[in-house]
Amino acid sequence: MVPFAGWDMPVEYSGITAEHMAVRTRAGVFDVSHMGEIEIAGKDALKAVQRIACSDPSVLEVGQAHLAGLLTPDGTFLDDMLVYRMGPSHFMLVVNASNAAKDYAWIVEQVKAVSDAAVVDSSSRYALIAVQGPAAIDVVQPLTGVPLADIKYYWFAHGEVAGARATISRTGYTGEDGFEIFVPPNVAERVWDAILESGRSVDIVPAGLGARDTLRLEASMRLYGNDMDESTTALEAGLGWMVGWTNEQFIGRDALKKQKDAGVTKKLVGFEMIDRGIGRHGYQVVRDGRPVGVVTSGTQTPFLKKAIGMAYVPIDASRPGSEIEIDVRGRALKARVVPMPFYKRG
Amino acid sequence: MAYPDDRKYTKDHEWIRLSGDTAEIGITDFAQQQLGDVVYIELPDAGTKVTAGQSFGNIESVKAVSELFAPMAGEVVEVNEHVKSHPEVVNTAPHETWMIKVKVSSPGEGSALLDSRQYQELLG
Repeated sequence: MVPFAGWDMPVEYSGITAEHMAVRTRAGVFDVSHMGEIEIAGKDALKAVQRIACSDPSVLEVGQAHLAGLLTPDGTFLDDMLVYRMGPSHFMLVVNASNAAKDYAWIVEQVKAVSDAAVVDSSSRYALIAVQGPAAIDVVQPLTGVPLADIKYYWFAHGEVAGARATISRTGYTGEDGFEIFVPPNVAERVWDAILESGRSVDIVPAGLGARDTLRLEASMRLYGNDMDESTTALEAGLGWMVGWTNEQFIGRDALKKQKDAGVTKKLVGFEMIDRGIGRHGYQVVRDGRPVGVVTSGTQTPFLKKAIGMAYVPIDASRPGSEIEIDVRGRALKARVVPMPFYKRG
Repeated sequence: MAYPDDRKYTKDHEWIRLSGDTAEIGITDFAQQQLGDVVYIELPDAGTKVTAGQSFGNIESVKAVSELFAPMAGEVVEVNEHVKSHPEVVNTAPHETWMIKVKVSSPGEGSALLDSRQYQELLG
């Protein structure tokens, strides 16, 4: 167990590789209750969310969710989050545990000026259990009357799971099909046990933070604090698709628009090592011995069995096929820029 | 897993097995558990001099990279090529998997290392 943002989190149960492979081929279950939930409700809830989310939340229907950045006026990331439209005037933001308090304070401050909406930190009201993998639907369906096949990717439904009141969201952070299930904390253990029991037929495994990190990296999903933070913009992080330009209201829009017109000077790219070695978080990208960028995430991934990672590089080295050099503990090792995602489910 | 009596251990979680003036060096079961799935091992070439307490290589798992420390001074006489190409054997058989063989400069130094009982006390 490791301390993480005030939570004791398991890094691994049976081993990162075994857990990673289980999720890619069968199913794994993650306790991600540490994630923060912030709810915004009231007459002007949409207006409030349009102010703080860089997506366009007005396109969301009730029962639908999407990813968005919570940006500074400079267009850089305070956090990234999932925006759920729970009702016409009720949204839930699922944010990173380490940022939840900061996010809440920021949102309250920004929202009160523009709208008549209540902002509530409801993190302690939800436990969150993620069931991920090609067999996830077979594991969860016997535990609920909600027809799961009817829930489209990035949509959600309310119902019961193992007798507990639940919100079932077809989302995840692994690159596989699966569900994230919000339940009251007092019944979370019962739901967890029921999922493990139901998953016995597919040999489900509990999976920890370690596999969560290698899975999301293979799927090229960004990790806040590694791949983007308050010093990098949505465009530099390659998350332009997250930006809802039709939303005229969001904080950071002017800065992003300006950067979009001028063009970015650095960009987050995916790379694959050419030389033997692993470029890890914090290692420098070098050119003629001088630092020109930085690796934000990197490991040897269990499914692809390659040393891959993400790095900020100068724009002239950002095209797929470009060769870059990474300073791996004093040795400049070659890597190649490759298109992302590294892994896409079939 | 048992910690065999036929060798010594370091507080950095290497083991060393001396026969004559040649020592096999590997990492302990505790070390491999801490590392998790091992994916790369960087070892020195034969002929390299190693210094007691100094790094002689690196071992990388999916989640982290750690240095390998030489328990005794000497010269590398043989490198386990198999473990370089099949690093996962460190996880499955840590005490049967030596990484380098070293011709040690002064075999007497070994008395300062931990025996099996002392090492297990260190692990608590």
